[in-house]
Amino acid sequence: MNSTLTPQAVLDRAESLRPKLSSGFRDEIVKSLYAEVERITRRSVKIGPKKKWDFDQKIDRLVTSPVLGLLIMLLILMAVFWVTIVGANVPSGLIADFLFFIEEKAADLFTNIGFPWWVTGFLWHGVFRGLAWVIAVMLPPMAIFFPIFTILEDLGYLPRVAFNLDWLFKRVGAHGKQSLTMAMGFGCNAAGVISARVIDSPRERLIAILTNNFVPCNGRFPTIIMLATVFVAAAFPPLVASFVAAGTVLGVVLVGVFFTLLVSWGLSNTILKGEASAFTLELPPYRRPNIGQILYTSLIDRTIFVLWRAVQVAAPAGAIIWILGNIFVGDLSLAQHVADFLDPLGILIGLDGVILLAYIIAIPANEIVVPTMMMVYMGVGMMTDIPDLGSLRALLVDGHGWTLLTAVNMMLFSLLHNPCATTVLTIYKETKSYKWTILGFVIPLALSFLVTFLVAAIVRLLGGG
Amino acid sequence: MVKRISSPCADCPSNVDLEQMGVKLGKFDRVVALAGNPNTGKSTIFNRLTGLKQHTGNWPGKTVTRAEGGYEFNGVKYKLVDLPGTYSLLSVSQDEEVARNFILFGQPDCTVVVTDATALNRNLNLALQVMEITDKVVIAVNMMDEAHRKGITLDTRSLSRDMGVPVIPVTARTGEGMQTLLVTIADVINGKIRTKPLRVEGSVEMKHAVSELSTQIEKLYPNTPNARWLAIRLLDGDERVEKAILSGEIAKLVRSQKRADIRFSKKMAVEGHQ
Repeated sequence: MNSTLTPQAVLDRAESLRPKLSSGFRDEIVKSLYAEVERITRRSVKIGPKKKWDFDQKIDRLVTSPVLGLLIMLLILMAVFWVTIVGANVPSGLIADFLFFIEEKAADLFTNIGFPWWVTGFLWHGVFRGLAWVIAVMLPPMAIFFPIFTILEDLGYLPRVAFNLDWLFKRVGAHGKQSLTMAMGFGCNAAGVISARVIDSPRERLIAILTNNFVPCNGRFPTIIMLATVFVAAAFPPLVASFVAAGTVLGVVLVGVFFTLLVSWGLSNTILKGEASAFTLELPPYRRPNIGQILYTSLIDRTIFVLWRAVQVAAPAGAIIWILGNIFVGDLSLAQHVADFLDPLGILIGLDGVILLAYIIAIPANEIVVPTMMMVYMGVGMMTDIPDLGSLRALLVDGHGWTLLTAVNMMLFSLLHNPCATTVLTIYKETKSYKWTILGFVIPLALSFLVTFLVAAIVRLLGGG
Repeated sequence: MVKRISSPCADCPSNVDLEQMGVKLGKFDRVVALAGNPNTGKSTIFNRLTGLKQHTGNWPGKTVTRAEGGYEFNGVKYKLVDLPGTYSLLSVSQDEEVARNFILFGQPDCTVVVTDATALNRNLNLALQVMEITDKVVIAVNMMDEAHRKGITLDTRSLSRDMGVPVIPVTARTGEGMQTLLVTIADVINGKIRTKPLRVEGSVEMKHAVSELSTQIEKLYPNTPNARWLAIRLLDGDERVEKAILSGEIAKLVRSQKRADIRFSKKMAVEGHQ
């Protein structure tokens, strides 16, 4: 026996032993594993006449059939959006009315007690108003969307979606499981980026990570829903308005899917060259969702968690906006100066300076884009004039020159623009690379400017906008 | 301080000795790992034992990182580690490597392989592979209710005899069989149940080669817990394992895994979720 045993010696020994074994050592192991299992289960497993199994398969044949399957998928998505929009409308209004009522009364109380105007303003018209907006706009849609989505997940529908979309991803050189990571992205893009771990190939995993942002996460959904409801659907009679709104949201999501595929295709033909790898995806049996568990995970874990995150950002953001709005240089507040500075760029892409300012302040969390925008528009000085959600349209259209183009481009910008800070940080944690992290930020940002610019240019050429 | 978390079943007879400890990770007496194919209900079992609400979903691959929680049973404190689902331990994708590294280097006191009663012949493969790495294995056959609905009957006693480790039928959704599972895990750890895992040995040449190599590996790295399995991987030409042996990473991995465990436990205790 060798007295000085080195690692290399062990490897060499393995090398020399290998030829003595029958060729295809690994096959032998795998084969004998299978044979063993086969032998054992034959003895202990008895399968009776199949009943339920056939029913599952019948549903699957429908749900995963090439054309009908896609149609069913779109219908389900549409239904989810519709229920979310219709269900969230009234509670959102009620919550907004209630919180703004509190703001008004509390501010009055503070003034009467004799607090200086800036304490009242900062606390109630700054911090509190930011919070109120976030809660009113976000809580109801989330509390409806998350449970429905979790039911679909527990039922076992998600892998069927992946199955249906597989051919699309294959064609652009990406992995079929990318649709699963996209589904997770609906909740939160950071979660979507983490879930890309289910993809084995590093190349395809990177593609999934870099494109996850094109799925509108829960922080951006309320923005899109609000714009779809207030601008697009408002032009239709009330009876169909909610369907138009849901259809618009669905359209935005499909645009997101389109850009996901486009960018995936671009990446896999340039810096991430390669063929799509084959994979097997197990279609789990349909299972009865556990309602208690669903309500817990979707309401407590997700809704409250996401809301809390938004609140943490909204409070300081509200404070910042209030300060920006109340420090005057010359005739204009600081906020107005910044907005004016950004205005030319904003108008070039069919938006305006205030919207861009809102997106800059909202980099930590997309949830606060609408609140920030509203607060700058309303001007913090005129605190008595707080519109309810219904008069939002009037404020934007009459007061600030919004058109349908502004609304459409804001939806597009919201869909495509750079991921929030949390997601960027997660991309770094997952890729451990500055290069991919920067790309994950720059690609969407460049795309959002390009697309909104083109849309604005075309509309203006045609005489609209 | 362990507080009993009230759940609809907190007072059922089956839960009398179980204290769900959630993420209040203090000092632990034992470490139990949950392994299994994707979508076999590992996270559901995890939630049931720890009282935590780890997200579950009916699709393979929902859990991509491992989660930890604790429970106390008959006065012994257990740390339960929920591993990502894997079809085999032979591949190198990231989520599968988490599972493989933990079973290999984390040296859990017991590994529970969770299987789907309706797809046993696919699931038992992984069980056999885990049993190559460690003796302390319990097989939990989950989703017995579903199997029943599909007209599948299982003779778990015969299964247990053939596999050489305890096989416990459970239905994690309802909690059926969990008590037996807990008792069995405890008994396997304290030696009341002696396992004799079925090892697929292959040809005579292979048997000799494996035993010679594993002796050498043990000499080289005295603390390596799974020399036999490493030997098989070497003979298979597993580059990952070759590299680990050449660079001395094997010894390092054993140490670093233990450190990572401590760090991870702390993180979990603070954040309470993934």
